[in-house]
Amino acid sequence: MAEPTLMAPDEAAVRAAAQLVADLPPAPAVWCTGLRKRYGRQVAVEEVSLTVGRGEVVGLLGPNGAGKTTVIKMLLGLVRPDAGEVMLLGRPAGDVSARRAVGYLPELFRYQPWLTAAEVLRLHVRLAGVPVSEDDQLACLDLVGLGARTGDRLGGFSKGMQQRLGLAVALVARPEFVVLDEPTSALDPLGRVDVRDIVLSLRERGVAVLLNSHLIGEVERVCDRVVILDHGRVAASGTLVELLGQHEVRLHLTGVTAAVEARLAASGRVAREGDQYTVALDAGDDGTTVPDLVRDLAALHVRIHAVEPARISLEERLLGILRAGQEDTAS
Amino acid sequence: MSTGIVNTGAVNPSVVDSSRTTARVVLTVAGLTLREASRRKVLRALIALTVALLALSGWGFSRLAVEETNFGTLTSGQARLVASQLLNLVMFGMSLIAALGTAFLAGPTVSGEVESGIALSVLARPVRRWVVLLGKWLGLAVFGSGFIVLAGLAMCLVVQLTVDYWPPNIVAALALLAGQTIVLLTLALLLSTAVSPMASGVVAVGLFGATWVAGVVGGIGQALGNEGVERVGTVSRMLLPTDGLWRGAMHALQDPSALLSFGRELQGFPFLSEAPLTVAYLVWSVVWVVMVGGLAALAFSRRDL
Repeated sequence: MAEPTLMAPDEAAVRAAAQLVADLPPAPAVWCTGLRKRYGRQVAVEEVSLTVGRGEVVGLLGPNGAGKTTVIKMLLGLVRPDAGEVMLLGRPAGDVSARRAVGYLPELFRYQPWLTAAEVLRLHVRLAGVPVSEDDQLACLDLVGLGARTGDRLGGFSKGMQQRLGLAVALVARPEFVVLDEPTSALDPLGRVDVRDIVLSLRERGVAVLLNSHLIGEVERVCDRVVILDHGRVAASGTLVELLGQHEVRLHLTGVTAAVEARLAASGRVAREGDQYTVALDAGDDGTTVPDLVRDLAALHVRIHAVEPARISLEERLLGILRAGQEDTAS
Repeated sequence: MSTGIVNTGAVNPSVVDSSRTTARVVLTVAGLTLREASRRKVLRALIALTVALLALSGWGFSRLAVEETNFGTLTSGQARLVASQLLNLVMFGMSLIAALGTAFLAGPTVSGEVESGIALSVLARPVRRWVVLLGKWLGLAVFGSGFIVLAGLAMCLVVQLTVDYWPPNIVAALALLAGQTIVLLTLALLLSTAVSPMASGVVAVGLFGATWVAGVVGGIGQALGNEGVERVGTVSRMLLPTDGLWRGAMHALQDPSALLSFGRELQGFPFLSEAPLTVAYLVWSVVWVVMVGGLAALAFSRRDL
């Protein structure tokens, strides 16, 4: 028989090992690789891999039928992938408890019409198995603008109000990862602003968000990263800077001297068209280049008619990627 | 060694935890199903139908005792006999209401919620699909059985008050009627995981009717001594145990003297049951429910939403 001293690990060593595990960065909110799904002969999703880190807001973009909703449903275990692997909050998606800290607003949002708004939240809190006080549930309804309708049955709710309720359902059980599939499809402009504020506050609290939206402006404002799907495949992905490339600044100047041209060239590559100068800025620009340039130009007594920061919009980029995809398929 | 990190307990706490979670979800969904039945006015409709049936049969039974028939005034024994037969007939009407009610409740429950999208947000929670289905089944079973017990008792009381007849084995009768309802709702649940909401209710009720007719045909075959025709009833009773359970319930409701007095003449009469249920048949019914329920759970958990 072995000596007991050999069997029992040193307590300090165990503590150190535990500390090491505890200090490991948490697993991503969601990670998937090689996802594939066919419906009959129709390929819905092919080789999709994506990651949403903790506290990260990722936008999912793409035309109708690109497979965005199918990808989301596969991440949440609602649709069985034909191939591929999904890890949700560090657990395989097949493990039911992986969804404990996930909030989901489906594209097709419908809730039991015979229940009141407060009862729907109570139901979801019970199903989630997370203790959330009655007050917190009401606060959640208040957050989405339904504070005055908590006791009303959903049968009388408008589409927009049902979508707001869906947002409350997604948020109520203290999620660490929130999936919003077209969260503003039924909302008025005020509602859209509310959703944007909610997403931003989730990010502040370190909650990861996967946002599928047709409103590119919305995605551009709130997302750290964007994944573009087309024909079931990832057509492009990256941070907004990576996808949209460099910033530029367009200047309308008269009375340009050699010294002015030298100063412009010091800021970046210059393209000239008459009195219009376009300066491409460094990707690592920290936002001081343009104000410094304008200050120096003014000191050189050049006449500054206009200074226009420019950036290729996400919309242009998206359309470019999708059109390139179409040409590839056509050829 | 006590580090607080390694769990050396004999009972795995995650197992206890998961069975607690399962029970919580089953009860939550069962409660939700019951609330749906009561709030969607299904309960009110069933109560209205039952009250109408009770009132009509109460009226009929009360006339039976006092009025003259073509055969002259009935003796009290004859009246009891006729009452026992009429009770079977009326109870059949009531079991039909219960069966149709639960089938049409169970039919749309899964497919309807999948179609509308209600299922999406519920099943994205940390719940297993079979657990949600079990909760629905439990809610519907409680609803159907509760209805059968209350309405059946009320009906028997009406008969007791009007013609002074009390069935010989009311507990078994009501239990078997509840069993019949549970069999049909289990079938409707299975259909509901595969076909559209409307189709599942219609098919369940259609099969229920077909099995009853097959049972009657089998009875006639038995009376005529035609084994081939008799087998139709036997096979259909195995495939869908609703008719078998109904015949068991009838046997528990009818006056034991009915068979003796009607004897061979009325063999094959659809509202007269000749023998009580065998234990084997009861076991088969339970196995059938477990099997069909399991199939429904399997179909539901493999379904893409």
